[in-house]
Amino acid sequence: MNAVVPVPHRIVDRRVDTADTVTVELAPVGEALPAFRPGQFAMLTAYGIGDVPISVSGRHGARPLHTIRAVGAVTRALHDAAPGDVIGVRGPFGTAWDVASAAGHDVIVVAGGIGLAPLRPVVERVLADRSAFGRVAILAGAREPAELLYADARRQWATQAQVRTTVDRAADGWKGPVGLVTALIPGMDVDHAAAAAFVCGPEAMMWFTVQALLERGVPAARIQVSLERNMRCGLGWCGHCQLGPLLLCRDGPVVGYPVAEPLMRVREL
Amino acid sequence: MRSEETPRLIGADGLGALFTALRDRGYTVVGPTLRDGAVVLAELDSAGQLPSGWSADTEAGRYRSRRREDGAVFAHCAGPVSAKTFVHPPRARLWSADRNPDGSVSAAGPDAPAKRFAFVGVHPCDIAALGVLDRVLAGGEHPDPVYTARRDGTFVVVAECTEPAATCFCTSMGTGPAATAGFDIAITELLDGGHRFLARGGSPAGTEVLAALPSVPAGAEDTAAATAAVERAAAAISRHMPDEPLPALMTASRESPRWADVASRCLTCGNCTMVCPTCFCTSTEDVTDLTGQHTEHQRHWDSCFSLDFSYLHGGPVRTSTASRYRQWMSHKLGTWQEQFGMSGCVGCGRCIAWCPAGIDITEEAAALAAARLEDAP
Repeated sequence: MNAVVPVPHRIVDRRVDTADTVTVELAPVGEALPAFRPGQFAMLTAYGIGDVPISVSGRHGARPLHTIRAVGAVTRALHDAAPGDVIGVRGPFGTAWDVASAAGHDVIVVAGGIGLAPLRPVVERVLADRSAFGRVAILAGAREPAELLYADARRQWATQAQVRTTVDRAADGWKGPVGLVTALIPGMDVDHAAAAAFVCGPEAMMWFTVQALLERGVPAARIQVSLERNMRCGLGWCGHCQLGPLLLCRDGPVVGYPVAEPLMRVREL
Repeated sequence: MRSEETPRLIGADGLGALFTALRDRGYTVVGPTLRDGAVVLAELDSAGQLPSGWSADTEAGRYRSRRREDGAVFAHCAGPVSAKTFVHPPRARLWSADRNPDGSVSAAGPDAPAKRFAFVGVHPCDIAALGVLDRVLAGGEHPDPVYTARRDGTFVVVAECTEPAATCFCTSMGTGPAATAGFDIAITELLDGGHRFLARGGSPAGTEVLAALPSVPAGAEDTAAATAAVERAAAAISRHMPDEPLPALMTASRESPRWADVASRCLTCGNCTMVCPTCFCTSTEDVTDLTGQHTEHQRHWDSCFSLDFSYLHGGPVRTSTASRYRQWMSHKLGTWQEQFGMSGCVGCGRCIAWCPAGIDITEEAAALAAARLEDAP
């Protein structure tokens, strides 16, 4: 077997996150894949339907967790798969968040929507080694309160970090802020000039978040973003995930902002 | 870079012996042949199928085969088919899987090909293209098993280019008309003073096959005639890329107004990507049988000119024609260098001839270069 043929994995746990999003825990039926590092992704196969890139959103022991939002035929099939069902997994692919480089710094994590999924392993790694980092701020935005991921985890994180959430549209009972996640940046208690930032979400959200971070003095060289393009193979063969000089399955998805900046500036690149 | 060994001279009838020698060694011979009015590459049974007495005239948006007075076999320019079709097939099965009654899944990788190809009579630009595909599909962290199974063990008989077409620009890309590497045997077709071929080995396998052919040592006048024929070909090439580093030009041209201009002519049909000998992009689809228990993951050529190519949830990234043409040309001449350490263009000119709108990549590059000069302070 190689990275071409999906390795069968059984869904051993399925947790409903939101109306259209679940987190599944996968156990290899036979051989196991190498461990995923935070930020890396798998190609998940719904047999007979297709495959899609899904980042690793955590782990339970040695087992990877993947958070899947049903948006198309393949993600719908993966979302609907029940515990006991077998899906295919290829990976790990792509670059990882460089969490080690943030040691000794304040840490800012900014997520938009399902962008919190690839960032959860960053938060967990930082909080597992809490004393190695300075102040930690976690900012998450979603369209509606019901779409905010990982409520239990966020409550836990809040005992060791500043956790702030915002929504585009308030709904019944929402007492938190309404608006863009960028509006939360000024209110964080961190030393911006000495902070490291991890950002994932829709491209426009990432762009404005990074501009807000830069404005506050976060050095560009300490900002990492996770970029997204269509992916068909994960192996560097299909050409779909190009963003200028980058093949995002190989050179991304996580890249330093100085690399991303000139590419994010160009429309329809 | 000529081999130090004395080249051999093969008569016009020696090609039959070459075919026999290759078939005896288990190769399926792929070479040029006239089909549907164009010289294409196809599996050939005999040297008699080679396009003897045929050339082609090309221009932007135009390709016409032309009868010749002489019996030249390799005087054709790049037709619509390249070696890509054989080593990176338009359709391939990457894996298949069966769901067993107990719910488990058994999977199998791609089939091993039944054929070993010998490419005969392909030109240096197309050999360079094979080198590009080698780097892209087999030179990274994950070698493509479909490609390597077809490419490994191929035998290459390159025909040095002596009759470039009006759309050729290999001299700009450093890929021709002389054959310098990547072949087992290089032959140069000589017409004046008797139809014959100068042949030299480029590998132990090539030398071994060459030794099995009826030949005589080439004389100094034959060698000189071959050199002169290739030099004449180089001098005859009329299209050129701008004489400046193309990756820097492409990076500097990301926001050029020229993209809107070319978009007004481009039909986004994807012809250029299909005929290009290095365009490697593919898409995949999963196909099931009627039971739903057997599934196959198939790969097929795709084109960055299609709207779906850049689809992300919510819609395609590259909606405008300008952005799709920019992606293709910038990749070919620019970002390929950063991704794979080489140019993605070998100067074969296929994209120019087979564009229904007659868009010329050398003309577009020249326009970008000119616009950049105007913008310079």
